[in-house]
Amino acid sequence: MSLVRLHVRHILLGMSGLITLWLFVACVPLIRDSRAEPPRNATAPTPVLSNAQVSINNFTFTPDVITVTVGTTVTWRNQDDTPHTVTEANHLFGSKGLDTDDQFAFRFTDTGVYTYFCSIHPMMVGHVVVK
Amino acid sequence: MTDKLIHTPSTDGIDRRGFLKCMAWVGTGLIWTMSGGVLAGCIQPQAAGQAAAATGDFSFVQISDSHIGFDKDPNKDVTSTFQQAVDKINALSTPPAFLLHTGDLTHLAKPEQFDTVGQVLKGAKASQVFYVPGEHDVIGDNGKSYLDRYGKGTQGAGWQSFDYKGVHFIGLVNVVNLKAGGLGVLGQEQLDWLKQDTANLATSTPIVVFAHIPLWTVYPQWGWGTQDSEQALTLLKRFGSLTVLNGHIHQILQKVEGNVTFHTARSTAFPQPEPGKAPAPGPMKDVPADKVRSMLGITNVAYVEHNSMLAVTDATLA
Repeated sequence: MSLVRLHVRHILLGMSGLITLWLFVACVPLIRDSRAEPPRNATAPTPVLSNAQVSINNFTFTPDVITVTVGTTVTWRNQDDTPHTVTEANHLFGSKGLDTDDQFAFRFTDTGVYTYFCSIHPMMVGHVVVK
Repeated sequence: MTDKLIHTPSTDGIDRRGFLKCMAWVGTGLIWTMSGGVLAGCIQPQAAGQAAAATGDFSFVQISDSHIGFDKDPNKDVTSTFQQAVDKINALSTPPAFLLHTGDLTHLAKPEQFDTVGQVLKGAKASQVFYVPGEHDVIGDNGKSYLDRYGKGTQGAGWQSFDYKGVHFIGLVNVVNLKAGGLGVLGQEQLDWLKQDTANLATSTPIVVFAHIPLWTVYPQWGWGTQDSEQALTLLKRFGSLTVLNGHIHQILQKVEGNVTFHTARSTAFPQPEPGKAPAPGPMKDVPADKVRSMLGITNVAYVEHNSMLAVTDATLA
């Protein structure tokens, strides 16, 4: 897969699950992480993705549950006419207000189940399972 | 026009004919006539103003959901419709004592959007504007920009109270610290403040509460409700007259429950679908351009002291 250009101005990197760092860049190539390769012996029925996209459409995160490997960057894109946010339930990470077609990316560096929601419309909830 | 709808706390008094006349005015704003603190009827803005002028009582206007910064269908110029709402207010025969803005001043809480709100409202013929934030006003900073600009003199996340001619007004904030999967939240700190704020008021004091998200459960699937509103209403149930004014849902809904009257106002920016009548609660983008203004509006509330009654009038921008 060729390098993916993210049309986002803010890329939030999670480091060790504790330290987050905002990179303020206009348009940068995403550096692929060697750890993002799916495990060769993966047998889980749920597809384990090495990078993932979540669309926000009709006040819904689609898919609402995704399973990824450690090191994966997940990118959300707002396709609604209404602004939304991607806000981790315990505020471990979060986007600014995403207007139509804005994107937000977050790289998951620790295993776990992450629940997030839209802080503007809190009935919108999604989950990222990191294995 | 003098069509007036009277009801007492024991019966809602709204007949079909009167209801339809009220609904005909839905969408440009709501004019409430307060008379002894009880919702009395539905009259046109001019009539409400005249009623207030005739009795020496007062009226105020609720505006809501201006969403400055929204630029898509069905209304690509929300500043213009917001200005029209102000023009409508300025055309009232009796100027309102003040304005209440029940939140979502802006679409994305950007500084320039807050600026535009202030510039447009500067032209309103009202001595003061009281605000509560909507969830769009607190995006990104949990309300700091909003508080810096519109929260002066308020407490906590922007809650406040004031008295005007014997009526106690309470502005509540239910849009911060929201939780995944939840509804609007007032929070314990605010509830404690509310208890203290009303502790020394006589039960005969008319109460008007204003907040962004409805304080009654309209449609939880779309987040149209406040999870701890019942606690607030319990604190206020001893009062003989309680009027609750909300925004958020961009359409008029009204409910009378005992001595409590709930009313939601139209937006000045764009209409939203009726509960459950669309896949999602976003803007109704397919409304034809020539119909949009009939779905936007203001609310005028007139208070008449001698019979302690409230009259509410909604007027559209059409």
